[in-house]
Amino acid sequence: MLYLDKVNYIYQKGTAMEMPALHDVSIEIRDGEFIGVIGHTGSGKSTLIQHLNGLVKPTSGNIYYNGRDIWDEDFSRKELRTKVGLVFQYPEYQLFETTVEKDVEFGPTNMKLPKLEVQMRAFEALKTVGIGEDLYDVSPFDLSGGQKRRVAIAGILAMRPEVIVLDEPTAGLDPCGRDEILEAIARIRKERNITVVLVSHSMEDVARYVDRLIVMDHGMVKFDGPTKEVFQNYEELEKIGLAAPQVTYLTAALMKKGVPLPGIATTVEEAKEMLKAVTGAR
Amino acid sequence: MIKASKLAYEYIRRDEEGNVEGIVRALDGVDLDIKSGDFVAILGHNGSGKSTIAKEINAILEPTEGVLFVNNYDTSKEENIWDIRQSAGMVFQNPDNQLVASVVEEDVAFGPENLGVPTDEIILRVAEALEKVGMTAYRNSSPNHLSGGQKQRIAIAGILAMKPKCIVLDEPTAMLDPNGRKEVISTIHELNKKEGITILLITHYMDEVVGCDKVIVMDNGKVVMQGTPREIFSRPDEIKKHKLDLPQVTELADELAKEGVDMPKGILSIDEFVEAFTSRYAGK
Repeated sequence: MLYLDKVNYIYQKGTAMEMPALHDVSIEIRDGEFIGVIGHTGSGKSTLIQHLNGLVKPTSGNIYYNGRDIWDEDFSRKELRTKVGLVFQYPEYQLFETTVEKDVEFGPTNMKLPKLEVQMRAFEALKTVGIGEDLYDVSPFDLSGGQKRRVAIAGILAMRPEVIVLDEPTAGLDPCGRDEILEAIARIRKERNITVVLVSHSMEDVARYVDRLIVMDHGMVKFDGPTKEVFQNYEELEKIGLAAPQVTYLTAALMKKGVPLPGIATTVEEAKEMLKAVTGAR
Repeated sequence: MIKASKLAYEYIRRDEEGNVEGIVRALDGVDLDIKSGDFVAILGHNGSGKSTIAKEINAILEPTEGVLFVNNYDTSKEENIWDIRQSAGMVFQNPDNQLVASVVEEDVAFGPENLGVPTDEIILRVAEALEKVGMTAYRNSSPNHLSGGQKQRIAIAGILAMKPKCIVLDEPTAMLDPNGRKEVISTIHELNKKEGITILLITHYMDEVVGCDKVIVMDNGKVVMQGTPREIFSRPDEIKKHKLDLPQVTELADELAKEGVDMPKGILSIDEFVEAFTSRYAGK
């Protein structure tokens, strides 16, 4: 549905500050995928996602949405932004309305939908992210960090996007807030069958949730494949400032010591099953 | 270094019209005894009171009840504020909010300048501080062009230049990538070991806690658990009750033990896990 073909992006081209940010990036995002994007700060991952809904125009290369070039003259990028919803880092800083409900209604209102439809969508979106009706009339600023963030995500959901892109949605949250957000995202995906692109610094989180992992390094796609296969390259990942989940290192170390495991694990549950099998415990 | 007895902090919550909605007891009878040279981690979910403690230690907040001494200065006495802030420097979560100058060196010099340190001495202190956090090569750079981890190290250097006895870090790695997190954590461990600076690390990343001398778990404004990392992580169910995580190896060992696999409690590292597992189940 979204296809990036040899996308290049150069910051401040033609000035002394010229800096390449993306280099020949080709990615195909298919319907219903749950994709993780990892990379150290400055690897180009934020620039990459800003290309997905036409916020940034590539210096060269093309981006297609459902077969149409999004930078064609007659292509409506305004509409694209309702189809590809982008949740920025610290989205709670972008809450501004006086009540939770009004904040979530902002997006669909701008789409010039009838009032009833707007209310219905807001209701539906808030339900999906697990915000109860008791909070509709509360000021968004009185909510907890995790709640604020879920309201911000609901604001995007209310536009009924086909793709939702989240830039580090769990940054700065405690374990509880983090689980709330990730569970909500997994639920959204299931209920709405929409495509999710999750940018994250937490290897544990991507290992637990996403099916496909894209690793960015120096503006290039370093790895792109099923999450587990990508984490096989944990030594490579470390060289580019990333890491694998702790259990991946653990299972690798056990194998080195001769423990007969079928391969590396990326989640605690998986490692548990493998080790149980080895010990013969039931 | 830091001593608290029955420390409490209350604030009044008001609604939009300024009417009192209720009183929140953010700290509720906290006793602390942190010795000089200790590396202590404070854990707790958001709203557990851990950041309030940091603000108390820095005399940003005054105790409602109880007493708090930082470097033998009573934090409730206003005349002590500057001595307290020089003794215990603070590093906050967002690196972009604490850098003030356009050149790294000037930023590090900001603290000692405000203390009225003579210029020659400042130059020495800045060079020394940058050396200690491994940022000498960037002394003439603009902080804007640094990574998050580098910015936090500059913030730490700025504190070091004031020659503190203690550094309090309030979730210093929450906004950093894995590399930046490693940089900051290894920097503070080094300062603790080599310079003997007391470190108080507030965090909710469990893997950052493993190398500490002592862990304090907070919930509801109270200290609910206290001990070495091994003692704390030997009580996994209690940790989970306080809405915290376990390091993956600790959780895995605990889960396996629940299923009848013979694993000891309180495993903290990959090496310990491998050792424990292979010694029991080698060759099977």
